[in-house]
Amino acid sequence: MNDAPAIDLEALAREAGLPGLLADLDASLVGLAPVKTRIREIAALLVVDRARRTLGLTSAAPSLHMCFTGNPGTGKTTVALRMAEILNRLGYCRKGHLVAVTRDDLVGQFIGHTAPKTKEVLKRAMGGVLFIDEAYYLYRPENERDYGMEAIEILLQVMENQRDDLVVILAGYKDRMDTFFKANPGLSSRIAHHIDFPDYSSGELLRIAELMLSGLQYCLSPAAREALVEYIDRRREQPHFANARSIRNALDRARLRQANRLFAAGGAVSPEALMTLESEDLRASRVFSPSGDAR
Amino acid sequence: MRLTQGTFSFLPDLTDAQIRAQITYCLGKGWAVSVEYTDDPHPRNTYWEMYGNPMFDLKDAAGVMAEVDACRKTFPNHYVKVNAFDSTHGWEALRLSFIVNRPKVEPGFELRREEGAGRRQRYTTRSYATDRPEGQRYP
Repeated sequence: MNDAPAIDLEALAREAGLPGLLADLDASLVGLAPVKTRIREIAALLVVDRARRTLGLTSAAPSLHMCFTGNPGTGKTTVALRMAEILNRLGYCRKGHLVAVTRDDLVGQFIGHTAPKTKEVLKRAMGGVLFIDEAYYLYRPENERDYGMEAIEILLQVMENQRDDLVVILAGYKDRMDTFFKANPGLSSRIAHHIDFPDYSSGELLRIAELMLSGLQYCLSPAAREALVEYIDRRREQPHFANARSIRNALDRARLRQANRLFAAGGAVSPEALMTLESEDLRASRVFSPSGDAR
Repeated sequence: MRLTQGTFSFLPDLTDAQIRAQITYCLGKGWAVSVEYTDDPHPRNTYWEMYGNPMFDLKDAAGVMAEVDACRKTFPNHYVKVNAFDSTHGWEALRLSFIVNRPKVEPGFELRREEGAGRRQRYTTRSYATDRPEGQRYP
């Protein structure tokens, strides 16, 4: 073994297209350091496994089931959607499609309905990622005749026996998922990656806003940018703050106001005017009124 | 006597890897794959028992393979076949059907001759296995 030639890990990484993938990830996802770290680790394992295989060492497929917890609007669903593509590019997922389900798709209405329903969903997800949003709804302790437990048992079995075929990602709010796992310790221990999504800082939210706007081909005037910074700071203090989702909603409303403003002004509009959000579009928000609370 | 019905039936039995490759081909074409079984090998017995529903919207062969394995485990001594149905307009028919499991001993068919009016010969085939009732044909 000792006289085997050394292996260039960087060349292997380049061959797998990792640098491009990771740069892509950094550019399109703002913040989320724990998520990026974990993806980097998984990617590194892939490269090391390939190197080990060329030397004839064993390399077992890692368990990739994940659980995303975090406050509303921290990007759990967005990352799960990307994860299927990422795992596919890393070579861990054969097809790289994502099947997103909630409780309704897994749990049946009557006795004997749950197992076929869950199995069908699992079969559809084979070769890709099964994403269970609001996973804590699967288990309802208050109703002893609930069929959710049956779905969880089938899920557990497949997660254990067919981990090469399927990656399961659970997502939900932190406190509710904790209660859910307390009731189902077997599920918690079969998930290798528990990733907690942190709240965004104000600076990160601003960058997310700019990313969303450039995706929609809008831009902010300098005054509007200042207004948005102020908006984010004010909005954080108010109830029902949902991180990036609140920002997306605010931008959607600003687009409505911009459309209304342009329409009311009448006459011809320049391309710049169509693309630019002005500060008045943002400052009309209830967040800026003294007693206002925006949703 | 070895039963030769469906695609690949004159070849040696397909291995699991070969079955998986065939299913991958079918799914790539967008066909719905289903699993069926029977213990009556008569060639006119075209409607075999369905093992579960046909599987739609699958992307990967692993789901079908799990179903094939489950069927072979439940009926180790039956005939099991995999069908691929093409639902596109103009086809709406089975495009591929092949046997993935067969009984250990296949007794084959009897050719029965019957003398009709005017010494006319009528021929019919009958599987020796169907002497016994359903479920007990391949001990």
